[in-house]
Amino acid sequence: MRSRRSLGVRVKHAISNLGFAFAVFVIVSPAILVMLWMLSLSLKTEVDNMAFPPVFIPSPPTLANFLDVFEKNSFDLYFVNSLIVSGISTLIAILVGVPAGYGIAKAQAHKIAVLTLIARITPGLSYLIPLYILFQWIGLTGTVWPIVITHLVLTVPIFIYVMIGFFESQPPDLEEAALIDGCTLWQAFRYVALPLARPGIMVGAILSIIFSWNNFIFGAVLGGRTTRTLPVAVFNMLTFEQVAWGPLAAAALLVTAPVLILTLFIQKEIVGGLTAGGVKGG
Amino acid sequence: MTQTSTVETKAVSAEAAPARGPGFDRNYLPFAYPALVITAAVIVFPWIFTIYMSFYDWKIGQAREFVGFANFTKLANDPRFIESIGHTLYFTALAVILPVVFGTIAALIFNERFPLRGLFRAIFILPMMATPVAVALVWTMMFHPQLGVLNYLLSLVGIPPQLWVYSPDTVIPSLVAVEVWHWTPLVMLIVLGGLASVPVEPYESAKIDGASAWQMFRHITLPLIMPFILVAVVIRMIDALKAFDTIYVITSGGPGTASETINIYLYLQAFSFYNIGYASAVTIVFFVLIILLTLVLLFLRQKAKWT
Repeated sequence: MRSRRSLGVRVKHAISNLGFAFAVFVIVSPAILVMLWMLSLSLKTEVDNMAFPPVFIPSPPTLANFLDVFEKNSFDLYFVNSLIVSGISTLIAILVGVPAGYGIAKAQAHKIAVLTLIARITPGLSYLIPLYILFQWIGLTGTVWPIVITHLVLTVPIFIYVMIGFFESQPPDLEEAALIDGCTLWQAFRYVALPLARPGIMVGAILSIIFSWNNFIFGAVLGGRTTRTLPVAVFNMLTFEQVAWGPLAAAALLVTAPVLILTLFIQKEIVGGLTAGGVKGG
Repeated sequence: MTQTSTVETKAVSAEAAPARGPGFDRNYLPFAYPALVITAAVIVFPWIFTIYMSFYDWKIGQAREFVGFANFTKLANDPRFIESIGHTLYFTALAVILPVVFGTIAALIFNERFPLRGLFRAIFILPMMATPVAVALVWTMMFHPQLGVLNYLLSLVGIPPQLWVYSPDTVIPSLVAVEVWHWTPLVMLIVLGGLASVPVEPYESAKIDGASAWQMFRHITLPLIMPFILVAVVIRMIDALKAFDTIYVITSGGPGTASETINIYLYLQAFSFYNIGYASAVTIVFFVLIILLTLVLLFLRQKAKWT
């Protein structure tokens, strides 16, 4: 049944819709504007970047800043370093985290969660000081390994947490059937639970890659000239090339673009993984 | 600085959902052993070693000397450290309240159905996934007093140019602006998760009773999402206390020491001055402070539940 609404009601409805659209616009604009400004800075000549009032739209846009970043800095090397660090630290997190998440979820060992809470509260720097001394003693400094190892502080807890949440949400029927058929606990995990865990592993892996990729402090302290990660390399540009805004913005964009694109494409999974945990990365 | 947390939200959902399945089963614990070994090595060992180091006068590259609690007594009389506590609390208060207010409002908006909601939500959460160093660089350029875009925008509405992070008076609020931009999305996600669990029935009966939108928010929505807002407050407080990357990149604690938080001071002691014994003492005091403030919040939450 359709009821005809009076003009007054319709106008009121339109105004409230318009107001709502305006509210959406207001809350989204800071995020998008800062990103667009970074893009704008990276595509402009230095003259335009230093202009006041600022030039908002690059005309014509130039890729010179990006070329400059790769020429003057070993950005390809730092990119590979970042890939190695995020990749290996996430891989280790997956190897130990999937069984751990499974075991903790099945054993209902919620007290282990308290350990994670304390780990969460501890400032990252407090891991760094003792580990720094340790790496000096065992002579690991100068390689990429200290950075990989410290990044386990980030990747292992988040990965385990995502996996606990995932395995707790899975119905236990299949494994119980396998156990009744005479499987060991390990076999039930290996052949029944693990093949079904792909979605959980994906979310956990993506989050831990992002956290590791974004991390600055561990690489800043432990990275040398050839072992530093991308965020550290970008920060060093700030110190040494404070005046050149274009290359700086281009470098910042290069570091964060993979993460932002990933976020846009799989935001549903990321949101799911994050809200399961109220997690912070970065 | 980054860590992960999940425990608080878990606690909320654990309260909501009844426990199911068999109780604690010890047979499954070996699955966690490899992870426990790594946790012991990179998380528990540093805790213990930090306590050990805090009793030594220990400079990197020099002989160390046991000094008992001397580092802690020195800390109690260190004006720069005490000043940094003030900066940290000022920064934290603003960096908790503002994102929680804005994030709750944003969550109420994203809880409605509207066209392209998924896309807008994806854009809205971009800041929290963005690399902090990259974010900090862009904001550094935006804060520039002569050439920055922020002062230009202010001039459009007739506000005189500000010094932003270049003045001791405005540096902390300016850094808070970055923090708000960066982390409001996290609050939004937590509160949005809470809104998703709110039932519809109370609203229907309230509508019949003629309640206004504000009354419904104040008396139905807000009490129901309060546990989630408190989780957001706790997480935000821990993160704000530990904030490092953006502050370090944008000001490194300056101008002078005007934005030197405990975490920045800790970094300088450890990796600029190489006083690792003293820095370990700072770590411990810092850690105790974070725990105490977290407990105060959790206590307030319990109290709110009883009444």
